[in-house]
Amino acid sequence: MLAFTIRRLVQSIVVMLVVALIAFVMFRFVGDPVDQMVGLETTLEERAQLREQLGLNDPVPVQFVRFIGKAAQFNFGTSYQFKRPVAELIGDRLPATLELSFVAAAFALIVGIPMGVYTALRRDSWLSKFFLTVSLVGVSLPTFLIGIILIFIFAVNLQILPSFGRGAVVDLGWWSTGLLTASGLKALILPAVTLGLFQMTLIMRLVRSEMLEVLRTDFIKFARARGIKNRAVNFGHALKNTLVPVITITGLQLGSIIAFAIITETVFQWPGMGLLFLQAVQNVDIPIMAAYLLLIAFLFVAINLVVDILYVFVDPRIRIAGAAT
Amino acid sequence: MSLRKITTTLVGAAAAVGIMAGAASAETTFKFAFQGTLKSLDPYSLNETFTLGTLGNVYEGLTRRGPDLQILPALAESWEVVEPTRWRFKLRQGVKFHNGNDFTADDVVFSAERVRSEGSDLKSRIQPDVVFEKVDDHTVDVILASPNPILHYEWDTWAIIDKEWAEANDSVRVTSASDEVATTISLEANGTGPFKITSHEGGVSTTFAANTDWWDHGNKKHNVDTVEFSTIASDATRVAALLSGEMDLVYPIPVQDIKRVNDNDATVAMTGPELRTIFLGMDQMRDELLYSNIKGKNPFKDVRVRQAFYHAIDIEAIKSKVMRDLSTPSAIMISPFMFDNADQFSRLEYNPDGAKALLAEAGYADGFEVGMDCPNDRYVNDEAICQAIVAMLARVGVTVNLNAQPKAQYFAKVLASGGFDTSFYLLGWTPGSFDSWNVLTNLHGCRDEKGEGGLFNLGGYCNEAVDKLSADVLVENDPAKRLQLITDAYKMTTEEVAHIPLHQQGLAWGVSSSIDLAQRADNQLMLYYVNKN
Repeated sequence: MLAFTIRRLVQSIVVMLVVALIAFVMFRFVGDPVDQMVGLETTLEERAQLREQLGLNDPVPVQFVRFIGKAAQFNFGTSYQFKRPVAELIGDRLPATLELSFVAAAFALIVGIPMGVYTALRRDSWLSKFFLTVSLVGVSLPTFLIGIILIFIFAVNLQILPSFGRGAVVDLGWWSTGLLTASGLKALILPAVTLGLFQMTLIMRLVRSEMLEVLRTDFIKFARARGIKNRAVNFGHALKNTLVPVITITGLQLGSIIAFAIITETVFQWPGMGLLFLQAVQNVDIPIMAAYLLLIAFLFVAINLVVDILYVFVDPRIRIAGAAT
Repeated sequence: MSLRKITTTLVGAAAAVGIMAGAASAETTFKFAFQGTLKSLDPYSLNETFTLGTLGNVYEGLTRRGPDLQILPALAESWEVVEPTRWRFKLRQGVKFHNGNDFTADDVVFSAERVRSEGSDLKSRIQPDVVFEKVDDHTVDVILASPNPILHYEWDTWAIIDKEWAEANDSVRVTSASDEVATTISLEANGTGPFKITSHEGGVSTTFAANTDWWDHGNKKHNVDTVEFSTIASDATRVAALLSGEMDLVYPIPVQDIKRVNDNDATVAMTGPELRTIFLGMDQMRDELLYSNIKGKNPFKDVRVRQAFYHAIDIEAIKSKVMRDLSTPSAIMISPFMFDNADQFSRLEYNPDGAKALLAEAGYADGFEVGMDCPNDRYVNDEAICQAIVAMLARVGVTVNLNAQPKAQYFAKVLASGGFDTSFYLLGWTPGSFDSWNVLTNLHGCRDEKGEGGLFNLGGYCNEAVDKLSADVLVENDPAKRLQLITDAYKMTTEEVAHIPLHQQGLAWGVSSSIDLAQRADNQLMLYYVNKN
């Protein structure tokens, strides 16, 4: 067990290093940061001097080792555009992204599961068909388009929800939350729906197909034959048995919700990490880009690591296979 | 359950929210959004229009510019040229910084040193050999090495900083891009201007409050108490925020949305000419083009080829189709706002047959191939302009291979830092000093391989007679003679088709109908012209 965990940890570190390396190599092709940092009239000598100060003239391997060394101590340098430490900037923006992601995930679960159950139980009702059609929209329309359509309906035409930003936020120490103010909650609705729509569709379809599968199994038939109430059979037995894969998928999807919040954040000008990253790409702000990519890689690696380790606990077969090799 | 019922309820709720909001706001708040961000608050960190313009509401220079860009006194009450190389500035008395400190000559001398110090991006505001001398607390003499009639042209964006405050807050040094820790001045502001910054979250939002102790508060033209600025990068969201009434002003708005904004009852699109000139440039320096099928020689060295390219461009089509009439075709490389003799120049006419004849005369009867570099997120519809030009040149037999990239990659390739790696390009230029000398040196000055001379003369056009004239322009104090020198220089550069000017792009701001403000051609928003009804 210990050996397995250590092996997975080492693999995770290798993955992180590879991500860092790929990211670092990519930065050679994103443009010249110095051009974005100064105005047009800055002379060549000043540009050269700035490049030297930033260490951009050193060979790539030297820059890479320096970056890894600092990153290991959680020092990601100073943002070229904001002139503030990157760790601080990301710390400021992290609450916005996490709140949005968790609310979106909660929305996907709370709406997706009942819809899935309903469509499985009442397969032929018109409402089921309506849900399935709507879910097709959720899967097939790109996120930014859904966002713009929602803005058009609820912000421009009905004027009941804000089209951008986070509303008023309350600072709780190092965490700023929009969940405690009316404008913050209102501002959260459209982006959370936009971000969660795809996941909601996924969960609904997953619950539906799992549910249909389980309803066909023998133990459900026996339960019905025993005269147990429909309600108890459907929710007590059938739904319970469908939830295991749903929980796994939701956990794994959380990483991608956070990572793909980029698009939603751009459409709604949501002041989170994704927006920070996108602005960094446009301005060739390498320290922010590097830190963000590493953070997202770390998130995926951590989630996968936890899931892998949990599986070992749940499924003894993996433990045996692990011991044999 | 009827959908109509839900809609009615929602609309009712919306109306209720609207009424409540109307009743609650006793003070006037003006909200605006811009596409870009306000990063550092240090007024010397970045020489960029939006940063300088926005900070221009908080800090002031010795001069300021009015709605039509005329130079007006600000922190300097008056000035005179005592002798050709000595200017005397009388400073305004009784002016206070936001923290209550008095504004004196010491602050001016300090700011003059700071703006030229290590890390400042505004070194061009004052020549390095200019000396500032304090005469008394409210008089400063500026001593020049050689006469300079445009000494104070850029001083509206040279912010005066409180010496005492800067020294007490470790902000004497300019916050440089390579700094590890942020200085106070990059996070807080202490100017003399009509607005104070009350909160600033870099890249997200900034709030301002009217400064009731402003020296000119008695004559103030605005009626707002607080101002909220937000960055909204996405075009669609920015326009939506205006249409939904959340914003009083958003800019820029895409030219294709102007109609939509005007069709909405509560909003109007304010359009006007901008100072920036968009033009095409050609590599006239290398003996062989980097991106062409012609080997061993450079077709652009032949003036007939450059003229042919010029004749091939249908500028009216670009204006009506690509720019939706929001552009002013230009015959010179500077906006007529900044050059009085602009009407003496006219564009080479659109004449594809003539262009073909010129190409044949130059030995390229079958045309040739050339690569073109173009940004796709820098100027209004930049990529679309390039695509139109590709099609127009195809009509005269020239095959253009277009390479349109985001500005970060584009500038890294074509500017000096990329080794001027281009054969044919589209660029825009606004002279920071509002004066032709800037254009003559930066865009027309002879340069070496590294860019020494004309740093933004990417094509390497060189005519020593033009360089001579531009050196004379720099030191000529007589306005009429100076204008004639500039005109002579432009005559040469247009005759030789140093560049192909296209147009001055238009400004497009989306404004709520309840707002009254001045739209300056330099695209700076001055909050002291804002009125909300």
